[in-house]
This record gives sequence, structure tokens and C-alpha cells, in this order.
Amino acid sequence: MATYNLDITKEHCPMTFVKTKIELNKLQKGDILNVKVAEGEPLENIPKSAAEQGFNVLSVEKTETPGIHSIKIEK
Amino acid sequence: MADNNQAKKLSIIAFSGDFDKLTAVFTLATGAAAVGYEVNLFFTFWGLDAIKIKQGRSPVGKGFLPKVFGIMMGGLKASPVSRLNFFGISPKIFRHLMRKNSVATLEELVEAAKQLNINFYACEMAMHVLGLQKTDFIPEVKDVLGVASFLTLSEGGQTLFI
Repeated sequence: MATYNLDITKEHCPMTFVKTKIELNKLQKGDILNVKVAEGEPLENIPKSAAEQGFNVLSVEKTETPGIHSIKIEK
Repeated sequence: MADNNQAKKLSIIAFSGDFDKLTAVFTLATGAAAVGYEVNLFFTFWGLDAIKIKQGRSPVGKGFLPKVFGIMMGGLKASPVSRLNFFGISPKIFRHLMRKNSVATLEELVEAAKQLNINFYACEMAMHVLGLQKTDFIPEVKDVLGVASFLTLSEGGQTLFI
């Protein structure tokens, strides 16, 4: 089991979703991906679409940087 | 979003070879694929320019007139914007603005579409008219289709014409 990190805070639609999906596709069962996202559409929709695609969204937490959140996703 | 009776499937008829319209095609396609949609792209007429192997202006096609079209229209890198093209300067300005503002360029979106296993199809009739063959296209083009096959593929999902 491995843990990976992805920062999409500087990306815009659709690359926020695209980069997350490409990283999610690389995960093996039990691996974890931490995605750092900005508030707004990515924060609202990345946890939702990951869950819909069968991933476990373990947590969505605020980071020390205002407006930036961390989403922990497990395959 | 798809309702409960509709499959998570998006099919786009990519008719235009314009830079801005192709950007819309690939933005919608990659965004949908990234959130779990099955995505079918059906390239027809000028849209076929987007999937040519030769991305610049090149005499692709069988016969004199198709070759002239090939040179005049070119491929992905020669695509004009639909308004205020200014003899091809505008697409360069757009690419610059997209990079400057951290927005994916058309080429990056096409690469993302390939990575997300989006289905690329080419229109048999338009290929015939323009003298193009499957070997003129990028290898990601899965098949050459007609209307009936496209309707079967897109059935139950959402369809757009761009």
C-alpha cells in the first residue's frame, strides 16, 4: 500500500478532474491519494465523483492554507 | 448530470475544425471522462482535421482536391478560431493566454483524452468525400463509423453536436 500526493490548487476545469482521475487510475487496491484542492467546484465534486466511481473518500479536511482543502481517497 | 434513467455516457459529434469549438469538444469530453462518463467522440467533416497524424498543413488525402483541402485546412495545429482569426494569429494568442492563465491548451486536452481512454471514431462518409483513410489518423481512432453505428453507440446517453 502506497500513499501519493497530488496538488491541483493551480489547475482549472477540466484539468482538476482530469489530473485526479489519471492519478486515481494508477492506484492499486489499498493505495491512498491525497489531493490538495481549492474551494469551489473541485472541492464539491471531486469527493462525489470519486465515491461514485467506487473509491473510498476517507476524509475532506481544511489545510493550514486558507481556502485549500485536502481530500484523502483510497482505492 | 445524468438522471437515474440515463447512462453516464456522453457522445459528441465533432463537426467543426475550429480551434475554439474543438477546445469545447475536448474540455467537455475530458471533464466527463474524468468524472466517470463513457465518452464517444465522432469526428466528421472539418472535425476530422483534429485527428490527423499530420498536425500542420500537409497534402493528406487521395486525389488532387482532397490534397488541396489538406493543405488549406491542415491539422490540429493549423486550426483557426471561428471568429477574429486574423490569418491564424489568434490561435497563437489563445495558446499563449491559456498557458499564461494555467488553462489546458487544446493539445494538452487531446493528450488527456487519450490517457482517459476516450473513444475516438471517424465518419466514414466524410472520409470518403475528403479522400481520407484511417491510416491518416492518430492510432487512438478506434473505428470508422456510419450514422447507424453512432446512434447505437450513443443510445441511452447524452449527445452534443459541436
